[in-house]
Amino acid sequence: MRQDHLITATQLSRDDIEAVLDRAKAVADDPTAYADRHAGTVLALCFFEPSTRTRMSFDSAAKRLGIDTIDMGDVASSSVSKGESLSDTVRVIEGYADALVLRHPSEGAATLAAENVSVPVVNAGDGAGQHPSQTLLDLHTIRENHGLDDLTVGIMGDLKYGRTVHSLAAALTNFDVNQHFISPESLRLPRSVRFDLHETGAQVREHTELEEVLGELDVLYVTRIQKERFPDENEYHRVAGEYQIDAETLAEASDDLSVMHPLPRVDEIAPDVDNTEHARYFEQAHNGIPVRMALLDTLLENADTEAAEGMEVDR
Amino acid sequence: MSDHELRVSKIRDGTVIDHVEGGQALNVLAILGIDGAEGFGVSVGMNVPSDRLGRKDIVKVEDRELSQSEVDVLSLIAPEASINIIREFEVVEKNRVTRPDSVTGVLSCPNRNCITNANEPVETRFDVVADGVRCDYCSTILRTDIAEHIDV
Repeated sequence: MRQDHLITATQLSRDDIEAVLDRAKAVADDPTAYADRHAGTVLALCFFEPSTRTRMSFDSAAKRLGIDTIDMGDVASSSVSKGESLSDTVRVIEGYADALVLRHPSEGAATLAAENVSVPVVNAGDGAGQHPSQTLLDLHTIRENHGLDDLTVGIMGDLKYGRTVHSLAAALTNFDVNQHFISPESLRLPRSVRFDLHETGAQVREHTELEEVLGELDVLYVTRIQKERFPDENEYHRVAGEYQIDAETLAEASDDLSVMHPLPRVDEIAPDVDNTEHARYFEQAHNGIPVRMALLDTLLENADTEAAEGMEVDR
Repeated sequence: MSDHELRVSKIRDGTVIDHVEGGQALNVLAILGIDGAEGFGVSVGMNVPSDRLGRKDIVKVEDRELSQSEVDVLSLIAPEASINIIREFEVVEKNRVTRPDSVTGVLSCPNRNCITNANEPVETRFDVVADGVRCDYCSTILRTDIAEHIDV
C-alpha cells in the first residue's frame, strides 16, 4: 500500500488490501518480530464521539508496535466544547504526534483532517460515512475463513447509516464477490454507495428478506438497526425484529456460513448463535489487533520513506 | 426573428446567456448573484420558442461579464447554454458552456451532517459526475436539485 492516509475504502485497490492483510498475517504469526518496531513514535487517538473497541484496539495495536498513544480525554471538557474547529484541532495535534486516528460524528471529517495535516490520518469512523480500518479486519476474517474470491456475501441491517457497510461494500468490489444487501426499504444503501458499486460493475442485489438469499451465502454480515433512526418506537421494534437471527434461522444456511458483526450487537444476533460453527464475530474483533498493527506499520513506514526522500532533496 | 417578435431588447454591452433550459432563468440569475439590487440592467425571457430546445430561457445582463466559476456552475443547470459577450450591440465572443471536472466554493452540501456544514474554514468542493455533482467530503450526490444548493 502506497498511501499517506486511510480515509475511505474506495481508495483501496486489491493490491493495497492484500498487502495489508499479508502483513497482518505475518504480524499474527510472529508478533515479537514487530514489537518495538516504532519505538519513539506517538499516535494521537482523536475520538470526537464515544468508542470502546475501535479506540482500545488502536491503542493496543499501537502499543504492541512500541508506539506511545495520546488522546483528547473527554470531548465534553476539551477545546472542542469551546467551539474550536476540527481543522484547528488537528493542526495543533499534528505537532504532538506522528499519526492521527480520527473518529468524528460528521461525514467527511477525515478528508478535511487529512487536508490540514502532513502526518498520516486514519479514519476510524466519520458519521454515517466510512470506517475503512474495520473493513480491513472484516476482510482479514473473511480471507482466513473463505478466501476472498468466488464468494457470496450478504450484508444485512442498517445499510443506510452503517459506515462499516459502506466501506465493506466498496472494498469487496475488488474481489470476485456477489453482494446481497438485505434491509428494510427505509434503510437501503444510500445513493452514493450504490453509485460507486454500479460504477465498478459489481454484482449487487437488494432484498427485504433474508430468507430470499440465506441459502446461497458464504458470509452473512449483520449490523445493528438503531432505535434513533425511527421516529416511532413501535415501528423500530416491528422492523428491527425482522432482521434478527438466531440458531434456528441459520438452520437454512450452508454449513460453512460465517456470521460476522462489527459489534456491539444488541439483539440482532441471539446468544445461541455464539455456540454454533457459524459465529465469527469475536474472532473478527480480535483480528483488529494484527490488522491495525499492519495498517499503522504500513502508514508509518510510508511516512518515513517520504521524510527520507525529502531529506535527499534538501541535500 | 423579426423586430415585431422581439420580446427583449438588444443590449449595448454585457452578456447574453442563451439556450438556457426553459424555467431555469431565475436560477441562472441566482448563480450570478443578481437580484436587481446591483443596478445592472437585466432582461429575462422565459419559455420562448427555440428550434433546438423547444422552449428556452434567455438572460441578458448589461455591463456584466461572467467569471469562470460562474460559467462552470451554469453548465450544470444549463448544459446547452451559449454565452455571448456583447460590445457596442455586437456579439464579440460566443461560447458554449462546458462541464467542468469539479466546482469549488459555489454549492452547499445538502447533507446537513457533512463536515462542510459544520462551521469549518473550508470551501465546498464537488466532483462533476455523469448526471450530477458529488461532494468531495461526504460523497453525497446531487442530481436534479443542484440549483437549490447554489451558495452565492
